[in-house]
Amino acid sequence: MPTDRLHVELGQERPIPLAVELECASGEMLALVGPSGSGKSTVLRAIAGIYTPDRGRIDVDGETWLDTRAGVRRPAHERSAGFVFQHYALFPHLTALDNVLQAMGHIAAGERRERARRLLERTNLGGLESRRPAQLSGGQQQRVAVARALARDPKVLLLDEPFSAVDQVTREKLYEELATLRRDLSLPIVLVTHALDEASMLADRMCILHRGATLQTDTPLVVMTRPASPLVARLVGLKNIFEADVAGHDDERRLTHIRWFDRVLEAGHAPRFAAGTRVAWSVPPSHIVLHRRDRPSRGERENPVAGEVIRCVPMGAMTAVALRVVPGERADLFFSVPTHVARRNGVETGAPASVSLLADGIHLMPVTRAS
Amino acid sequence: MDSTALLLSLKLAALTVAILVPAGILVARFLAAREFAGKAFVEALFALPLVLPPTVLGYYLLVAMGGSSPLGRWYEAAFGHALVFTFDGLLVASIIFNLPFAIQPLQRAFEAIPDDLRHAAACCGLTGAQSLWRIELPLAWPGLLTAVALTFAHTLGEFGVVLMVGGSIPGETKTIALAIYDRVQGFDMAGAGLMSAVLLLLSVLAIGVTFLTSSRHREKRRHAD
Repeated sequence: MPTDRLHVELGQERPIPLAVELECASGEMLALVGPSGSGKSTVLRAIAGIYTPDRGRIDVDGETWLDTRAGVRRPAHERSAGFVFQHYALFPHLTALDNVLQAMGHIAAGERRERARRLLERTNLGGLESRRPAQLSGGQQQRVAVARALARDPKVLLLDEPFSAVDQVTREKLYEELATLRRDLSLPIVLVTHALDEASMLADRMCILHRGATLQTDTPLVVMTRPASPLVARLVGLKNIFEADVAGHDDERRLTHIRWFDRVLEAGHAPRFAAGTRVAWSVPPSHIVLHRRDRPSRGERENPVAGEVIRCVPMGAMTAVALRVVPGERADLFFSVPTHVARRNGVETGAPASVSLLADGIHLMPVTRAS
Repeated sequence: MDSTALLLSLKLAALTVAILVPAGILVARFLAAREFAGKAFVEALFALPLVLPPTVLGYYLLVAMGGSSPLGRWYEAAFGHALVFTFDGLLVASIIFNLPFAIQPLQRAFEAIPDDLRHAAACCGLTGAQSLWRIELPLAWPGLLTAVALTFAHTLGEFGVVLMVGGSIPGETKTIALAIYDRVQGFDMAGAGLMSAVLLLLSVLAIGVTFLTSSRHREKRRHAD
């Protein structure tokens, strides 16, 4: 087992339920994603030692920071964790340089200033060393917070929604800066965010958290397109989640057939579900292709589904469409098409339309009633 | 002008501040940062001197520190003289009746510091003491100043408790407040007036400094925001 990684196991029932297990390797960025109240920040705080759960074990780089069974509870100031708080928590009475210097107690006094200066330069704050937090913009404050977190030469970097308090333009700049900074860092980085796009853009893997429990951890692509359960599918924003029965498997063509109302659909091969099993299935909007009215379009023979447009909302360049494919049933497909395509194909509320559901996008999951 | 009484009062006030304020910092910080069963009771206990009649407080202190009490007996065995009717006894009483004046402004000041700043200090590797010294006290200093000024001014002016516990012994327990009372009793209105003016001046100065600095602090914060 590699030692230069972060391993976290947390458990408790109250006041915040926790059932967490996660790993993060050196140089890896793991995004903890979940709705507000899912316990993401609590997990981060537990790693830093500013929150102590009832039960748990935290190992970082071969050191045990928490082991409730063995009675090990290393206090926060003895854990080498760099923490960027959501609102940065900069010391308001100290300059940017002094903020960074506070985290350099482990370095020889003579070298601190020079290293703090270099860190501020690395986070693009050269020339602003003597400013106090109130004299800095939101983006600059975030950079001071990152510099301060790195000043401790931490064994793990913890980022608690670090981009939520800045405007969109600054945010995109900060994304780039973090991605650049990351290249030179070889430590586990845990990013807490509720923004899926942020997680999939920055993180190597993401972990979906719901009511304090880790539901699925994988690469953003896998989590977003192959969620482990209907609950994860909903949490990653998939709207097209339905139930069907497995009709059979076509091992040669690597397909699984599912019966959905009176249709049989081809889905990605999922031999783990026996024929006759009730399953949940999802399809991302990117795998729903609108048929052209004038001539056949791509994949027209692949799971063709016709229905009635029940909602059509133009939102700038894209138009959101809801298609009712089974009259009287709540089985509506949601997808987006470019607004000009919608217009050209006469997609409007009440009009008929047909789409193809691309088989490799149809993902089967076990049905979980509890969720 | 009873300069002995004035000096005694200043000495009592200075020593009360020197002992009570550092202890108050620790108590106030603890109360501000922690939640525990019975916290309201502890807070009420520290606030009690605010509402208790000084003579009542003085009576209980007299009983608690008297020669027949465990504390009084222990003190006499250790230091060779009684605790009541001495300057030491007066100092103990002064610390107790000033508890709310020191603790409350400090507690409010520590409560105003966001939890995340304390957490950030810990994540920077600062110990509790370093966090207090470098981060929390610099942010809580208007509260600290208020605690010092209120404790100092209130000690100079306290009458009931001082009379009960100290007994107005010249050079030992006769404070300026008691001296003023004595002068009025002896129809020396001019002497009482002079000493009252000195006390008034000191009190105005203490309160003035507090208000001036805290309003400046507020203004600075407003500009900073």
